[in-house]
Amino acid sequence: MKLIRVGSIVLITYTLIAGILTPMVPQPQGPFQFPIIPGLEEKARNIFFHVPTAWTTVVAFLVSLWYGARYLKTRNINDDLASEASAGLGLLFCILATVTGALWAKFNWGSYWNWDPRQTSIFILLLIYGAYFALRSAIEVEETRARLSAVYAILAGLTVPFFIFVLPRLVGGLHPGAADDPDGAGPVVQFKMSGAMFVVFFIGLAGFNLLYVWMMNIRVRAARLAYRRSIQEG
Amino acid sequence: MNGASQIAAVVRKDVHSELRNRYAINALGMFVLTTVATVLFALRSESPGPAPLAGMYWVVVFFSAMSGLARVFVSEEERGTSLTLQLTTSPGVLFAGKLLVNIALTLLLTTAVTVLYVIAFPTFELKTPEIFVLTVLLGSVGFAASATILAAIIAKANSRGTLYPVLAFPIMIPLLMTVMSATERALSGAPFGEAIGDLQVLAGYCLIMIAGSFLLFDHVWTE
Repeated sequence: MKLIRVGSIVLITYTLIAGILTPMVPQPQGPFQFPIIPGLEEKARNIFFHVPTAWTTVVAFLVSLWYGARYLKTRNINDDLASEASAGLGLLFCILATVTGALWAKFNWGSYWNWDPRQTSIFILLLIYGAYFALRSAIEVEETRARLSAVYAILAGLTVPFFIFVLPRLVGGLHPGAADDPDGAGPVVQFKMSGAMFVVFFIGLAGFNLLYVWMMNIRVRAARLAYRRSIQEG
Repeated sequence: MNGASQIAAVVRKDVHSELRNRYAINALGMFVLTTVATVLFALRSESPGPAPLAGMYWVVVFFSAMSGLARVFVSEEERGTSLTLQLTTSPGVLFAGKLLVNIALTLLLTTAVTVLYVIAFPTFELKTPEIFVLTVLLGSVGFAASATILAAIIAKANSRGTLYPVLAFPIMIPLLMTVMSATERALSGAPFGEAIGDLQVLAGYCLIMIAGSFLLFDHVWTE
């Protein structure tokens, strides 16, 4: 855990410094210069923060789903605590991704919100997290709450392929990889990044993932302590 | 009794108890009437085009469904009959029966809304009726499928009335967006070929939701 803690601090600090301070030049040379991407310019720096948070949102949702499914199988309350902890972190990263995305949209597309398919998807993910916690707060018995919220998370997970694969292909959008993107539609987007940008991008991605693992570890331990105390107090 | 006749027994029981007090049908009917009237008040001097009409059509269907379709499981909890059902009926059979009841209710609902819209809006013309019929059929099955499993979930929770649409909306959004787009095509007279993509998405949604519900229902229903 110490390695993860130090790793996430180092990697995110590096991404912050390199992502913001690396100069952008027309003819980049070496790893310490970024190219100027037409249409994005300095705004391209947001990719080091926006995409990793969006990615972590999805990872947190899948982890929450996985622990939920495992709870249904094992009926071990620790799995439910982990599922809830991951959903809480997912909500946090979801808000971060929405805010960084809305800011980027304001300066690149002209307004904070455009109902682009991916903006729609992240909005639905916010709604799913909201509904998940609304459901949890409406059930008092712990076992029932764990069971039903796991089922709801799985049901919500069933609709995710529609948002990731079907919707962006059907509706035209502004993100790269949408149905009317001249550079080709597809779930894996070919960013117009240079090698130097890719390095910072993947360091940032790894850093945010480690941060998630670290926060998850703290939340799960705290949830277990709170649960044990609530049982002792009756 | 084999599976089919057991499912028929569940459906018969629900239809009997529904006809005795007509709770769901009355609630749905009044809800449809009031929401369509509200839409009419808002748009009385306009002649809305296909996009707003298709949108308003499914908005009425969605919120009416949210007012009535939870009944199938909430009534069992309220009358205290859910334990008896757990003893006498296997979860798969029970879910199939409740799903059929909700599909019938949703079809009744969409038929009523369609009739009211045709009467109330001169611009609500079904220019490509085959798209419209298939959309409404598949859409009703999809609505009923996700509404039934969610009804089973909220029947065990507090504050059911407000929770139901909150839980249902994110899950039904892919369905809502697709039926709205297909209905718009039907109203604007697009050829059938243009709607095939939408109809495939609808069919996929119905299959995924029904299969997922059958797999998960046991965990919701059995204590």
